[in-house]
Amino acid sequence: MSTPSKPETRAISVDYLARVEGEGSLKVRVRDGQVEITEFGIFEPPRFYEAFLRGRAFGDAPDITARICGICPIAYQMSSVHAMESIFGVKMEGALRELRRLIYCGEWIESHVLHAFLLHLPDFLGYQSAIHMAADHRAAVEKALRLKKIGNDIVNLIGGREIHPINVKVGGFYKVPTKRQLEELVPNLEWALEAATWAVELTAGLPFPEVEADYEYVSVCHPDEYPFNEGRLVSNKGIDVPVSEWNNVFEEVHVARSNALQSKVRARGSYHVGPLARYSLNFDKLSPRVQKLAAAAGLGKTCFNPFKSIVVRCLETVHAVEEALRLIDAYREPPRPDVPFTVKAGEGHGATEAPRGMLYHRYRLDDQGYILDAQICPPTAQSQMSIEDDLRRVLEAYIDLPDDQLQWRLEHAVRNYDPCISCATHFLKVEIDRG
Amino acid sequence: MAKPKLGVFKFASCDGCQLSLLDCEDELLTVAGAVQIAFFPEASREYVVGPYDLTLVEGSITTPHDLEAIKEVRAQSKFLVTIGACATAGGIQALRNWKDVAEFTSYVYAHPDYISTLDTSTPIADHVAVDFELRGCPINKWQLVELVNALLHGRKPNIPTYSVCVECKRRGTPCVMVAQGIPCLGPVTQAGCGALCPAYNRGCYGCFGPMETPNLAALGEWWRSMGVDDRTLVNALRSFNAYAQPFREASDVYAQQA
Repeated sequence: MSTPSKPETRAISVDYLARVEGEGSLKVRVRDGQVEITEFGIFEPPRFYEAFLRGRAFGDAPDITARICGICPIAYQMSSVHAMESIFGVKMEGALRELRRLIYCGEWIESHVLHAFLLHLPDFLGYQSAIHMAADHRAAVEKALRLKKIGNDIVNLIGGREIHPINVKVGGFYKVPTKRQLEELVPNLEWALEAATWAVELTAGLPFPEVEADYEYVSVCHPDEYPFNEGRLVSNKGIDVPVSEWNNVFEEVHVARSNALQSKVRARGSYHVGPLARYSLNFDKLSPRVQKLAAAAGLGKTCFNPFKSIVVRCLETVHAVEEALRLIDAYREPPRPDVPFTVKAGEGHGATEAPRGMLYHRYRLDDQGYILDAQICPPTAQSQMSIEDDLRRVLEAYIDLPDDQLQWRLEHAVRNYDPCISCATHFLKVEIDRG
Repeated sequence: MAKPKLGVFKFASCDGCQLSLLDCEDELLTVAGAVQIAFFPEASREYVVGPYDLTLVEGSITTPHDLEAIKEVRAQSKFLVTIGACATAGGIQALRNWKDVAEFTSYVYAHPDYISTLDTSTPIADHVAVDFELRGCPINKWQLVELVNALLHGRKPNIPTYSVCVECKRRGTPCVMVAQGIPCLGPVTQAGCGALCPAYNRGCYGCFGPMETPNLAALGEWWRSMGVDDRTLVNALRSFNAYAQPFREASDVYAQQA
């Protein structure tokens, strides 16, 4: 906690947080060893998605909200279609439900490997980027890139393209793949299972700072499955409600000097979403192989060290590859690509698990299906208070490091969250003022 | 010879277009070998000062800060290429251009006074000279590889400006408007996606923006004859390339009639 008083004061400045998607800023003041975060905000320009969605047709929501984030468009498409479908009383079942899980597996693999290897691993090994890292570890980077590509292959096949796929709609899909098309993915996915296992073993051997925190973990929880699209909102500190109760459990706070809306648990404060939360709340839903790999990697059934999120991302990648193989094996092409429904007025909620954490959408529609009101809570906005808490802990633990090393450690702490800053619609530039 | 310096800059956007470079899994390390990645904060902490031989700009101009920043980026760039619908047309966030931004700000934020934003979202070319543009929401990564390759060899990038219809014919996709009665923006939209949507039994939604000299009036009448109401027509034209001139002007005409 309290660091011994030091006579000198220092100033460190990080003007642009690299290897995150989007932009934000952190200003820190250090006086006589006391650390104070004076600003932690997002200077990603506001784009006003909720505002301009009003007046658009319900069917526009998956295509438009995908553009909130180029890294996890499937998450936006999934949360929006499930919110709309809850209004129309559409229940996704059978092969269509399984295809939605499969395309989500693709996004998890692609996004997790991108983050773990291209954005996060260089911090552990002291490289500026994966490209610098490749100069010394080319085979490992190439292996990771191939694994990432296999995730993208799934999204490509079902969705049409990796970024902003075009095939997801309210009620299902425009077109479903044939069994044979999906089966062509199998040999690569079998290779990916080994590669993702290698990734777990590699990252488990990294040196981790001994930093733990008493997080309130929140994720979507399903009775039988590791969560993607369906389930209740559950935390390790007592939350257990249906998705429609979102606004009774969480509130959004507009932080001064920031374009970000931060979410907090009402009357309690910060919470943490993403791989560590999912893992710690749903360990028993992971496959036996993943549970065994976790034990071998030295993890318990819960994990409270944010730096170890890289290992959990790789474990979730193994899970997603296994799940993809299972889904493809079980797939029977459905008779039609969508289910019929009748448009009606009402309010709907959707919460699904983006790679970087839970993503909530709420819409209110008129009787023609035009959007009257929209609310979107991206994962990074939800974890933002938790990130700020972590930064304070890292500052207190490492304040004696030279400026450049401290700055890097702070950036590393932010990257633990795989923050998608443009997806926090409403992210890091670090300035440390030591007087 | 020194390797050409690459800079990647971002304004208001989703990061998807610059992600396209990282999505070139098989080509990334080769490209990184051929150019010096001097500034690319999504991928690297390294910051090498300009000037840059090739600058890729993603995103649209929406804040007073960015209005100044783009001029500095231009001053540091030999060859400036805008990538994607935000940078080339203002993006989906240009929907504000028809609305009251003060109302938008108070709808989304509890403290509108903390928000610094312009009334409009505008393309990069409205503010500085642009040497080349890649369309799409998102861009096609093969067009990006072609662009980098062409510039490395000092030739013009081979990027077609004809319509999506040509790609449908080449792909062998039967016309979704004619064969299935699905309204499609393909006839007025620039190629580049590979005519993706029609191949998935849906109409093109115009994410590559207007082709050269599109006939919006003819397409609008065609849509109307298929029973599409004007509100739907206006919304279709006002999406990711809403503020591109042909789409903008046609949408204004139909909005008056709706």
